[in-house]
Amino acid sequence: MNQKVKKKSEFAKLPVGDKVLLIIGYILLGMFVVAIIFPMVYIILASFIDPITLQNSGLTFDFSKWTTTAYERVLENAQIWVGFKNAIIYSVLFTLLSVVVTLLAAYPMSRADFKGKGFFNTIFVITMFFGGGLIPTYLLISNLGMLNTIWAILLPGCFSVWNMIIARTYYMGVPRDLQEAAEIDGASEMVYFFKILLPVCSPIIATISMWQFVGMWNSYFDAMIYLHDAAKQPLQLVLRSILIQNQPEAGMVADMQSTAARAQMAELLKYATIIISSLPLLIMYPFFQKYFDNGIMAGAVKG
Amino acid sequence: MKKDAPSASKEVKGASRLHNTGVYMRQHWQLYLIFMMPAFLLTVIFRYLPMGGISMAFTEYNPIRGIFGSEWIGLENFKRFLSSPDFMQYLMNTLKLSVYGLLWGFPIPIILAFLLNRIMSKKTKQNIQLVLYMPNFISVIVLCGIVRILLSPTGMLNSLLGTNTNFMTMPSAFRTIYIASGIWQGAGWASIIYTAALSNASKELKEAAVIDGANIIQQIKAVEWPAIKDTVLIQFIMSVGNIMSIGFEKAYALQTDMNMSTSEIISTYVYKKGLLDGDYGFSTAVGLFNTIINIILLISMNQIVKKMNEGKGI
Repeated sequence: MNQKVKKKSEFAKLPVGDKVLLIIGYILLGMFVVAIIFPMVYIILASFIDPITLQNSGLTFDFSKWTTTAYERVLENAQIWVGFKNAIIYSVLFTLLSVVVTLLAAYPMSRADFKGKGFFNTIFVITMFFGGGLIPTYLLISNLGMLNTIWAILLPGCFSVWNMIIARTYYMGVPRDLQEAAEIDGASEMVYFFKILLPVCSPIIATISMWQFVGMWNSYFDAMIYLHDAAKQPLQLVLRSILIQNQPEAGMVADMQSTAARAQMAELLKYATIIISSLPLLIMYPFFQKYFDNGIMAGAVKG
Repeated sequence: MKKDAPSASKEVKGASRLHNTGVYMRQHWQLYLIFMMPAFLLTVIFRYLPMGGISMAFTEYNPIRGIFGSEWIGLENFKRFLSSPDFMQYLMNTLKLSVYGLLWGFPIPIILAFLLNRIMSKKTKQNIQLVLYMPNFISVIVLCGIVRILLSPTGMLNSLLGTNTNFMTMPSAFRTIYIASGIWQGAGWASIIYTAALSNASKELKEAAVIDGANIIQQIKAVEWPAIKDTVLIQFIMSVGNIMSIGFEKAYALQTDMNMSTSEIISTYVYKKGLLDGDYGFSTAVGLFNTIINIILLISMNQIVKKMNEGKGI
C-alpha cells in the first residue's frame, strides 16, 4: 500500500508533457503485448473446438461444442513421439558437444600470451562471412559417409565462432589474480580451467547452452536435407508435414468418413499440434530468463 | 606478450622468435592439443573443405566424375544465371524482403527498449519482458504453421474481418506476412541487447538530468541515446551485412505454389536447383554470387559507418 502511494506520487511529480508521453508509451507497449498474446490465446481456444463448428462459425464459448479429440489424436500418434524423442537426443548431444568444444577453444583465445592467436582468430572469423555453400557442404557430408546419420546433424554446426567470441570475452573479464594464484600453486592449464575458471563462468555457460539447445530444437533444414528415415526425423520435420505440407501423419484422420470431415479434422489437428509441440520450451524458458541479460551483454562488449 | 612464460623467455634470450614459439608451444602443449584441436579440426573439415568445392561452380558438375573430372566451363554457370529472366526477380525478391524487413524491423526493438526502460515497477517490467521474449522460443515451423492457420480462409484474421481471402496464395501479401510475423516473433528478443545497454546508462547522470528539470525527451537525448548509440551502430552494421543471407527456413516454410513470384529468394532457389534438381555446378555458382554480394555489402557498410563515426567501425 505504502509503495503504491510512493509510485503514484513519483508519476504525479512529472511535468504534464512527460505524463502524456508516458501514457502514450504505455499504450503502445500494451498494444504490442496484446498483439503477441492474442494469437496464442486464439490458438489455445480453437484447439478445443469441434472441427465443424470451428470451420463454420469460428470460436465459441458454447462448451457443448468443445472437445479434446484433437489432443487425443495427436498424442496417440507414434510419429509425434518419435519426433520428440529424436529432438531431445539431438538437442542434448548437440548442446553438450558444442558447449565443450566452444568453451575449450575460447580459453587459449582469451590468454594474452597465447602464440598463434592471430592465426586462429583469422581462420575462425573468415568462416563467419565466407563458406562453401550448400552443395559443397552437402557433398562433403555425403563423401564422409555421414548422410542419414546423427553425425550430419551434430558435427557441422557444433563449433560456433560467435559463441566462442562471447565466451572468450567473458573469460577475459575474470579477475587476473585468480589466474595468478593458480600459477603460483603450480596448477596446470587443465586444473585452472576446470577448477577455477569454469565455475565462475556459469552464467555464460548457461546462456550458450540455452542458445544451442533452442537452436537445435527449433531447426529443420539440416534434418530435412541429411536425414531420410522417418525413424530418425526430429520433431520439427514431423511438424512440417502436418503444419506446412498439410499431410497429417498416417492414422490421424484415416477413420473420418468424408473428405470434408478429414480436411476439417486435419485443420483442427494443427491447432493441437502447435500447442503440444511448443509447450515444453515455453514452460522451460522463464527459468533461464535471468541469464539472458548477462549473456547478451557479454557478447555485446565486442561485437 | 610481456609477462608471459618468463622462464621460457629467459632461457632463450636472443634466440629467434621461431625458437621462442617452439618452446612456448612445447610448454603449453595442452592449449594446442586439448583446447584448440577440436574446434580447429571441425573448422577445417566442415568449413574449409567445402570451400574447395566452390570450384564446381566453374564446371558442368557430374557427380560420377567428381570435381576434377567434370568439364571446366569457366563462368558459364554465372552467365546462365545472370542472363536468365528469373535472375532479376530472385535478386529483387531477396533484397526487398531483407531491406524492408530491416527498415520495419530494426527500429522497433529500440523503441521497445526505451518503453520498457520507462516502466517504474520492476515486477511489471519483468512480466512484460516474459511475454515479449516468449515468441522467440517458437520454432520457425510452428510460427509458419500459426501464420498459415490464422490467415487461412477460415482462420482468425478472416473471421475478424468477415471475409474469406486466402492470404497465403497472394503474392502481394507474402512480404507483409514474412516481415510482420518476423517482428511478432523477434522484436521483443532483439530488444534485450538495448535494454541491457540502457540499464548500464549512468544512474548519476540521469539523476542529475532530472534534478536539472530535464523532461523525458531531453533525458533521452542527453543520457539514454548516448548509452546505446554504439550498440545500435554495431547491430545495424551486422544486419546490413546479413542482408543477402536472409534465412532459407522461414521463406521456404511460407512458400506456396501461388505466391512464388515474390517468395522465391536466392537461398530457396539454390536449394531447389541444387538438391532437388541436381544441378550442382549451377546451384553452387548462384550461392557463391550471393556470398560475394554479401561480403561487398558488409565491407562497404563498415566503411560508411567508419566515416560517419570518426573512424570507429567493427
